[in-house]
Amino acid sequence: MKLTLRIWRQKGPGEAGRMESHELPDVSPDMSFLEMLDILNERLQDQGKEPVAFDHDCREGICGMCSLVIDGVAHGPMRATTTCQLHMRSFADGATIDVEPFRASAFPVVKDLCVDRGAFDRIQAAGGFVSVNTGGAPDANAIPVGKLEADLAMDAAACIGCGACVAACPNASAMLFVGAKVSHLAHLPQGQPERQQRALAMVEAMDAEDFGNCRNIYECEAVCPKEIRRRVIAELNRDYIKSALREA
Amino acid sequence: MKLESGIPDGPIQHKWDKHRFEMKLVNPANKRRFRVLVVGSGLAGGSAAASLAELGYEVLCFCFQDSPRRAHSIAAQGGINAAKNYQNDGDSVQRLFYDTVKGGDFRSREAGVYRLAQVSAAIIDQCVAQGVPFAREYGGQLANRSFGGAQVSRTFYARGQTGQQLLLGCYAALSRQIGLGAVKMFPRTELLDVVIVDGKARGIVTRNLVSGAIESFAGDAVVLATGGYSNVFYLSTNAKGCNVTATWRAHKRGAGFANPCYTQIHPTCIPQSGEHQSKLTLMSESLRNDGRVWVPKAQGDTRNPAAIPDAERDYYLERKYPSFGNLAPRDIASRSAKEACDGGRGIGPGGRGVYLDFRDAIQRLGRPVIGQRYGNLFEMYQRITDEDPYEVPMRIYPAPHYTMGGLWVDYNLMSTVPGLHVIGEANFSDHGANRLGASALMQGLADGYFVLPYTIGHYFATSRPAPVTTDHAEFKRVRSEVEERIRRMLSARGKRTPDSFHRELGRLMWNHCGMARSAASLREVLERVPALREEFWRDVRVVGGQTEMNTALEQAGRVADFLEFAELMARDALVRDESCGGHFREEHQTPDGEARRDDERFCHATVWEHTGEGSAPREHREPLVFENVHLATRSYK
Repeated sequence: MKLTLRIWRQKGPGEAGRMESHELPDVSPDMSFLEMLDILNERLQDQGKEPVAFDHDCREGICGMCSLVIDGVAHGPMRATTTCQLHMRSFADGATIDVEPFRASAFPVVKDLCVDRGAFDRIQAAGGFVSVNTGGAPDANAIPVGKLEADLAMDAAACIGCGACVAACPNASAMLFVGAKVSHLAHLPQGQPERQQRALAMVEAMDAEDFGNCRNIYECEAVCPKEIRRRVIAELNRDYIKSALREA
Repeated sequence: MKLESGIPDGPIQHKWDKHRFEMKLVNPANKRRFRVLVVGSGLAGGSAAASLAELGYEVLCFCFQDSPRRAHSIAAQGGINAAKNYQNDGDSVQRLFYDTVKGGDFRSREAGVYRLAQVSAAIIDQCVAQGVPFAREYGGQLANRSFGGAQVSRTFYARGQTGQQLLLGCYAALSRQIGLGAVKMFPRTELLDVVIVDGKARGIVTRNLVSGAIESFAGDAVVLATGGYSNVFYLSTNAKGCNVTATWRAHKRGAGFANPCYTQIHPTCIPQSGEHQSKLTLMSESLRNDGRVWVPKAQGDTRNPAAIPDAERDYYLERKYPSFGNLAPRDIASRSAKEACDGGRGIGPGGRGVYLDFRDAIQRLGRPVIGQRYGNLFEMYQRITDEDPYEVPMRIYPAPHYTMGGLWVDYNLMSTVPGLHVIGEANFSDHGANRLGASALMQGLADGYFVLPYTIGHYFATSRPAPVTTDHAEFKRVRSEVEERIRRMLSARGKRTPDSFHRELGRLMWNHCGMARSAASLREVLERVPALREEFWRDVRVVGGQTEMNTALEQAGRVADFLEFAELMARDALVRDESCGGHFREEHQTPDGEARRDDERFCHATVWEHTGEGSAPREHREPLVFENVHLATRSYK
C-alpha cells in the first residue's frame, strides 16, 4: 500500500504545532497502525530527523497508553478497537491519513502525539477506590455478589483509561471515564460505604481539571475501545445528585 | 559475594509464622522516618508501594509509563491461583506448593514456594475487598477455572482480563495513598542506575522522560519491581517498554543475577506476519482444550489447509503424547512446534507456524458452543490476521512470554546488596525453571502485599541506615556516569537506529538461545554479542537531544543494556549443562526428545557476580534442598 500521512508535530508543551506530510510507499496491510508509525520513525531516523513521539506500550489493546485521533476519530475507524489493534487493511491504498493527538485542554500535548493524561490519575486519587488497607480482609466468599451485578461491575471496570472519551467529546467531558469507575464500585457491596462520598469527590476533582460538561451527545460511547456504555453516566449523575442533596 | 538465603529452620509449615514472629518491628511512629523508593508500579511494585504507605513509611514510586495503571501486569489474561479449595476438590496449601515445585522442574526454593502457597488465599480476600470484580456463580460465590499443571480448579479470573482487574485494584489502593500524600508518584520517569553508599542501596538516578532531566533520589531502601527481560528476544509478548535496565544496572552495582537462562516460551501466540512485526500477541492456552494442533506430513506442502486430507496431516502432539495430547505442557508443546518447523513442515509466511484447528470441534459441538467458549479470542485473532478461525485453522507459533530468572533474593526478598529488595518477575524466586499458568499474578501480589511489608521493616530495624542525601559523593559519581553514558550514545552519530540493533540481537538470541540451545549455538552468541555491542557504541544513531522527550534515546539506553545482559544469559545457559523446564539443551534429551535433568550436578541456582567491565562474571551456587517434595521426572506420555 502507498499512503500519505499528515502528522501533528509539536516540539513541546505550549509550543506551536503543525501538520507534517510524509509519504510511505510500501505499507503492508498486515501492519498495525503503530507498526506503520515504527516504519516511518525508522525512516526519519535514517535521514537524521527526529522520530514522531507517540504513546504506546502493551500493543494488545489493554494498557490504555496508545491514543491518536486518526482521520478525526479517536483510535481510528474501527469500532471497539484501540489504535494498537487497528491494522492498515482498514485503509484504502493511496489514502491520505490525518494523525493527531487527543485534543482537550485537560490533556496538554507533551510532544508530537503524546499528551498528559495525569488528570485521570488525579480524579482516581480523589475517590476511585475502596478504603481498605492490606490485611484483615474477610474471606472472599463471605460477601456473595450476584452474577448479574458482578457482570455489570465488570462491564464498567473494563475501562482502560485511555481518554478517547474525552478526545471525542465536543466538550472534552470526562463523564464516561468517571462514570465507569463510579459504576464499577456502585454495583458491588464493597463499594457501598463510600458510594456517596466517592461520586462527590470524583466529580469535584473532575471539575477542578479542565474538562467540560456532558451534553449527552455520546461520542464517548461511540469511540470507547472497551464499549463502556452511556448508562454509567446516568449512574454517576444519580449518585452525584443523591449525594449532593444529602449534603445540602 | 555471599549467598545467605536466610531460610528459617523448622518444619516448612511453620517457617513463615516463626519468621514473622522473630523479625524485628519498627514502631508505628518511627515508620515515617524511613523512605522507600519503589521502582515499578505493576502488581508487585504497586501493591508494595500502597501497602508500605498504609503502614506509615514514606514512599516514592516510579514508573516509565504515563500512569502507574499501564504496567504490563495489566496484560495477563487467564487468572490467579490460590489455595482456597472453594470447589471442595482437594486443594490445599500443600498441593499448590507441590504443583508449583514440580511445575518448576525442581529448580525453585521449597521454603519460598511454600510461603507463596500460604499467602495465596489472603490475596484473593484482599482483592475482593478492594472491589476486584472476579467472575461469580449465580449464587454469588466466586467462580474458578482449571489451568495447566494442576488437577484441581483453583484459578480465579475476571473474564479474559484478570491481570487488568488485579492491577486496577492495586492501582486504586496506590491512588488512595497518593491522594493522602503518603506516596509520591513519578510517572514517565526511568531508572538509569542504583546508588550504593557504604555497601547499602541508598538511592537511584533517573531520567525524567518528559524534560530529560537527570535526577537523584535518596532513600533508606530501594525496591525493584521492574519485571522480566523477555524483550531481549526483541519479539515477545511483553509490552514494548519492558526492559532489563533496572535489574541489569543493579547487577553491575553488586546484586547477584540468578538463572538468567530460565525463560518461558508460550506455545500459542500469533505468528510473525513480516519484518515489520513489533511484538507478538498471545492467544490463551485454553484454546488447546478444543483445537487440534497439526502440520502437513510432507515438507513444503503449501496447499490450502482444507485441501489437505487427514491422512496427510500430522497431529504431532496427539501422536507423541497420547495421554495429554494437545494439552501437553507449555515447554513441550513449544518445542514440538519448533521441531516440526525446523523439519520444513511449518506453515504460513516463512514456514514458522503450525495449525490449531477447530474443524472437528465445530463439527462435534456446533459453531454456537465454540463461539461461546472462544468467541472473543477468535475475534481478536481475526482482527490481527484477517482470517476467520471458524473457517480456516488458526496459525500459531511459540513466543517468549515470561522470565523465571532474575536478581537473586534471600527469604526476605533482599538481593545480595543490603537494602536492595527485588519483587515480582524481577526476582528469581518461586518458579524454578518453568512457571505454571496463573502463578505470575499470585507471586507479584504475594511479594508486594504480604511479604515485603514485613521483611523490609526487619531490615530497617536491624540495619538502621545512617542519614544520607543526594549531595553525597557517591550520588554525584553515579550521576556523572549516567550522564557520560548518555553523552556517548548521543555523540556516536553513526548510521544505525537503536531498533535495528535490538532486532538483530533479538534474532540472534531467539535462534541460538531460545527454545533450544546447544553448546555450539551458545558459544556463537558469546562470540557475536560483544561484536554487536561494540558496533552499537560505534555506529548507533540517536537523533535529538538529552534535555527533551526523546524516545530514540530511551530505546538506545534499553538496547545497550540488553546487549550486555544477553551475554550473561548465554553464559548461564552454557554453564547449565542439563535440560530443565524452559531451558532445553539439545545435548541433554532422552532418545524420544524429552528434557533430561541432571540433579547430581545442577540441583542449584546459579548466581552471577559482576566483576567489572571486560572481565568474566564469577559463578556462585545456591544448593537447592528438597526435603518435602521428592525429586522426580516429569512425564506426559
